[in-house]
Amino acid sequence: MLAYLIRRLFAAAVMLVVVILVIFSIFFLIPKWAGVDIALSFVGKQADPASVEGVREKLGLSEPIYTQVWMFFKGIFAGRTYSSGGDVVHCSAPCFGYSFKSEQAVWPVLTDRFPVTLGLALGAAVLWLVFGVAAGVLSALKRGSLWDRGAMVVALSGVSLPIYFTGLLSLAIFSFGLKWIKAEYVPIGHSFTGWLGGMILPWITLAFLYAAMYARITRATMLEILGEDYIRTARAKGLREQVVIGKHAMRSTMTPILTMLGMDLGALIGGAVLTETTFSLPGLGQKVLDAIKNQDLPFILGVVLITSLAVLIANLVVDILYAVIDPRVRLS
Amino acid sequence: MTAPLREPAADAAPSAAEEAAEVSADAKAVQGRSLGRIAWERLKRDKLALTGGIVVLVLVLVAVLAPVITNLVGQDPDAYHEDMIDALFGTPKGSLGGISGDHLLGVEPVNGRDIFARIVYGSQISLLVGFLSALVAVVLGTVLGILAGFFGGWVDSVISRVMDGLLAFPQLLFIIALVTVMPNELLGLTGTGVRVFVMILVIGFFGWPYIGRVVRSQTLSMREREYVEASRSLGAGRLYILFKELLPNLVAPIIVYTTMMIPTNILTEAALSFLGVGVKPPTASWGQMLSNAIDYYDSDPMYMVIPGVAIFITVLAFNLFGDGVRDALDPKGSR
Repeated sequence: MLAYLIRRLFAAAVMLVVVILVIFSIFFLIPKWAGVDIALSFVGKQADPASVEGVREKLGLSEPIYTQVWMFFKGIFAGRTYSSGGDVVHCSAPCFGYSFKSEQAVWPVLTDRFPVTLGLALGAAVLWLVFGVAAGVLSALKRGSLWDRGAMVVALSGVSLPIYFTGLLSLAIFSFGLKWIKAEYVPIGHSFTGWLGGMILPWITLAFLYAAMYARITRATMLEILGEDYIRTARAKGLREQVVIGKHAMRSTMTPILTMLGMDLGALIGGAVLTETTFSLPGLGQKVLDAIKNQDLPFILGVVLITSLAVLIANLVVDILYAVIDPRVRLS
Repeated sequence: MTAPLREPAADAAPSAAEEAAEVSADAKAVQGRSLGRIAWERLKRDKLALTGGIVVLVLVLVAVLAPVITNLVGQDPDAYHEDMIDALFGTPKGSLGGISGDHLLGVEPVNGRDIFARIVYGSQISLLVGFLSALVAVVLGTVLGILAGFFGGWVDSVISRVMDGLLAFPQLLFIIALVTVMPNELLGLTGTGVRVFVMILVIGFFGWPYIGRVVRSQTLSMREREYVEASRSLGAGRLYILFKELLPNLVAPIIVYTTMMIPTNILTEAALSFLGVGVKPPTASWGQMLSNAIDYYDSDPMYMVIPGVAIFITVLAFNLFGDGVRDALDPKGSR
């Protein structure tokens, strides 16, 4: 188990380095090849020439690439100082960048917004896991029945609907039309019930989309597993059907679902851009939209970085959970 | 797969002429059907998939004939109709967002552009990006998938790692980042042209691992089959085996994954345009219409419902068709 853990941790560390390199390339190398003035895109297109030159020096854009990469890494792990002449800005670790436009470090803004997104992602995940997996299992057990067909049609519609459309629709119906829910975000510290009220529509809309995907995957996996020999053996032993399904079949069905959950949760924690935009939730995703509108590139970079980190951590957790669920994993 | 098992025996034994005659009589009674034929007959029986296929066909026609259709109803997607707008609220006059004989789906708030014409033109962007990005993904995925599966070793390790990495990371965010850092002029294109070009490339780039993974695993299992060995023993070169023996057998899974990828790509394009990093105004796109509709969801709900339903119908049609194609091409399928 310990060897497995160490191996996983090492793999995650390597992945982290690769991901940081990829993100660096997206923001600093690819635009350069495409002929973009990077300094200009970091301050916004309305900036005066002097400040563009200042940013060019602060970011070290005239330095060789390997120096820039080193500065980028160093910033994340040890902090860095942006200086141009007498103009010096310090960005302490973890330095996820500095917005020259709004003159603030990116990291504190991200941590401020993080709880909103975390709440959204976790709440929705609970809903979609419960309903999606249950619907999928029922469909698989009653294959071809009216329930199965109905559930799969709903699931197919679910994956075909853009979330910003179902979100707007639910706002129009439940908030504006029926006036059941007041659609505004209240921090959990101010009022717990107010927070619940503001989150319920985003949770349901987001969970509907994912529940649809999970139901489809659960059904397919369950059907495959029910055809396996060990299920026949379990039945032949005379085990009750509840035990065969609930214990033997479910355990294998959960493995691919856990993988998906790790990725999806990681990606969502980093920013449910579309959901947060639709419901005006002040999370990381909404910051991305603000940054697109204000041409404030460092925030986009910051969110991409924090999301990748969240995905890495989520995958690591899933890998460890695997070893707990499935003893074969530890040995391989 | 379902190879005719009796045929070689009949060929190999000239002495058993009677048996051969029997076999051919048998074959007549059963009638041999090609795999493609079987798939097509299965697909024909699947009403939902067929409906999806017809809708897809109609959508393609609408996109191709957009100028003809809008001329026919006498509407221009960019023309303002301020006389249709309530000056006080900025919303369309009349009920249901101004739906009338002239404006089949009503008009937009504030400037009064005809929604029907904009939906028709919007289908061009959706389908163009949807299809071409899938094409990029298929080409990349097939080439790299075959390379990984056929050569194995370190080639396989590198390609597989890259695929895992690409699949694990939040694609929408990376696509947003890549589209935002791109310049406004590229390779002689400007404005919307650049955005569409970049979207096609980037969405395709993030999509290829889905195809690559399947192609790789199929290639891996097929290169050990007898027929490949037979071909090799006859002196066939690597390229011959790749293109003449392996590729034809990969067509089915590639078709299935492509049809399933197009709707996802259409949704991604709509999402990017919704977020303001997709096509630039005044070019019509469904995602952008929805993002404009946010401000009017209470006063003019039809403005949001129409592009939303357009996206829904398109994506659902592709999904239904894709599911049908998958079931039809699956040799294990019982339907």
